[in-house]
Amino acid sequence: MSTVRNITAVTEAIQNPVRAHPVPYLSIRASAGFAPLNLREIWRFRDLLLTLALRDIKLRYKQTALGIAWVILQPLIAAGIFTFVFSSVAKLPSDGVPYMLFAFAGLLGWNLFSGIVTRISVCLTGNSQLISKVFFPRLVLPLSVVPSFLLDFVIALAMLAVLILPRLSSVALGLPLLTFPLWIGLLILLAVGSGLYFAALNVSYRDVQYVIPVAMQMLLYASPIPYAVSAVPERLRIYYYINPLASIIEGLRWSLLGKTSVPNWWAVAYSVAVCIIVFFAGAFIFKRMERKFADVI
Amino acid sequence: MTTSDIAISVRNLTKEFSIAHEEKHTTLAERIVSRVKHPLRRATRETFAALKDVSFEIHKGDVVGIIGRNGSGKSTLLKLLSNITQPTRGEIDLYGRVGSLLEVGTGFHPELTGRENIFLNGAILGMHRPEIRRRFDEIVQFAEVEKFLDTPVKRYSSGMYVRLAFAVAAHLNPEILIVDEVLAVGDVEFQDKCLGKMQDVAKEDGRTVIFVSHNMAAVESLCTRGILLHAGQIVLDSPAHEAVQHYLRRSIKSDFSDETIVGKEFDLCGLRIAKPSLGNLSTFAPCEIAVTFRSHKDCSAGVHIFVEDHKGSLVFGIDSTDLISNARCIPGAVTCYRFNIESLPLITGTYRLRMILRNDTEQRYWEVPSSFSFTVESARIYGTRQVEQKWHGTTAVAATVDISQGSPDESAPVETPDAAVESTPSLVK
Repeated sequence: MSTVRNITAVTEAIQNPVRAHPVPYLSIRASAGFAPLNLREIWRFRDLLLTLALRDIKLRYKQTALGIAWVILQPLIAAGIFTFVFSSVAKLPSDGVPYMLFAFAGLLGWNLFSGIVTRISVCLTGNSQLISKVFFPRLVLPLSVVPSFLLDFVIALAMLAVLILPRLSSVALGLPLLTFPLWIGLLILLAVGSGLYFAALNVSYRDVQYVIPVAMQMLLYASPIPYAVSAVPERLRIYYYINPLASIIEGLRWSLLGKTSVPNWWAVAYSVAVCIIVFFAGAFIFKRMERKFADVI
Repeated sequence: MTTSDIAISVRNLTKEFSIAHEEKHTTLAERIVSRVKHPLRRATRETFAALKDVSFEIHKGDVVGIIGRNGSGKSTLLKLLSNITQPTRGEIDLYGRVGSLLEVGTGFHPELTGRENIFLNGAILGMHRPEIRRRFDEIVQFAEVEKFLDTPVKRYSSGMYVRLAFAVAAHLNPEILIVDEVLAVGDVEFQDKCLGKMQDVAKEDGRTVIFVSHNMAAVESLCTRGILLHAGQIVLDSPAHEAVQHYLRRSIKSDFSDETIVGKEFDLCGLRIAKPSLGNLSTFAPCEIAVTFRSHKDCSAGVHIFVEDHKGSLVFGIDSTDLISNARCIPGAVTCYRFNIESLPLITGTYRLRMILRNDTEQRYWEVPSSFSFTVESARIYGTRQVEQKWHGTTAVAATVDISQGSPDESAPVETPDAAVESTPSLVK
């Protein structure tokens, strides 16, 4: 058995509330196993998604002195530290572009990914009151996390453009830029998919919220963010690419700066498959576990 | 009634919660460790049914009150109808959009302004932005917060907060409105306004309302039908008035006796109204209520008694802790608390006595699951005529009245300056 939600009568119901519905507006049944994603229901709650996203954006930098400037400062400071540690001290290669640009471009993608994963993983427990007192498609909560990080991303992207302008000769903007949406799409799929799984797990086991920061730290160094893939020994590279982020970050950087190494397309194809699988697996696991959220949270 | 009149149809609804015994794993590590230690043992689980095989139908335009003691399954039923939790078994068909208000101000964010919160809360309750914009003025007017629309709600008084929250929900305009005990908040005037709004929703728009409350007076005045739940089952489904009467009668354990009521922390061994003997209670007369109990544990225990009128509204309560330090109870030994009331402030009528026994050492308490009724004899309390609750309320007030009159040529009655000063502060407030 599965939950059947009949929405055919929706428009009719709104226009004509007292008239009889031949079909139930909503049927609630006990159900087990995997449930459909029910995208129409999420669409019906699109205004909630939008409002929650706006709330996130409005609240993020309320009562901070520097406000929205933090969006730029955070990756800038991180890129500065990377430049000092990995370029000046450790002398890691940066594929022939200024290290600062190299690190900043990588951090852009990384911040989008880690921000979404971290926030989604706590979005259910952080809104437990909503979960236990109001009905709405639970997927709306994690999805509403994405827009505010996209906004941060766009602002940081503008900052990158500012950094590039005085050094135009050191990069090669051109055709690779066309692949830019692909990398962003992959990052979001992977981040949301894994975030959904962690969020659902965090409802029962709060350990998740402690594990995530540590895991993120490890993943940061396992991805070509402070260094280039070319710095990884050739024979280890096949293992290195197991991390789907490796080729995605490499690709993102290539699309933005042009001069850095071209990603390995086999690795990219693998990452595309992983991202799609992770996204759908995360979404279905979330839907499966969401029935218990209100009881357990 | 034809099937097209049905708003809600519930068939064989059961909701079970499983309670794990012995071992409860709150961290993954604990769970893994115990799995490794005992690979074959499954946690012993007991299922607890909050609702057992409940079936009913509600027609369009019905205003249904759901009543019952704490833990009888009312809230679980509402959560199931609101689609917040899933049933373990059974079916629910809802013929219309459901708006549920299980808590006032769910999703309100303290940092956001009143205006922003109206949109946020509206969206959470399932309204679309154009819909909220259309009703925005109405909401603001109902909540009486015009001046503070752009103030963060964290600076609101609790009254304003509640008013705004209810206003948003009340303008949700669902075909089926589910309301859980929200009227317990806000001042009396606003409670009346809320009740009035709910009545409008039901009567004028022909919408269906389901209302859970412990306020029997509200249930009686608002609802057309009452469903009485007990231990997860429907005991009575009848006109609201009957259900309320049944509930009040049912929850009364009418005789004060030495019958022991066994609880988790304590056993109540006896309850007596001594001095005067039961049946001779009268207004302003001294009385003594004796509560005898046994504790299961070594603890410092306090007793809190409540006196309620026949509709379940609290008239007064006495907490022993306010008056005397707690007695140290030893398991098995009997302790008796005597509450001496110098002058019983109750007007003629039937009252109920409830109590809570508290283990202050471990901060646990036990609400004695029965209440005890007693009657205050009719008496001419001011020595003149019989007073009735209808005109005098339930609280007897020891008062005197003085009259002073001016002579015909003076415009105001003569008043001493002192008396004038005394009366001003209450007016200023």
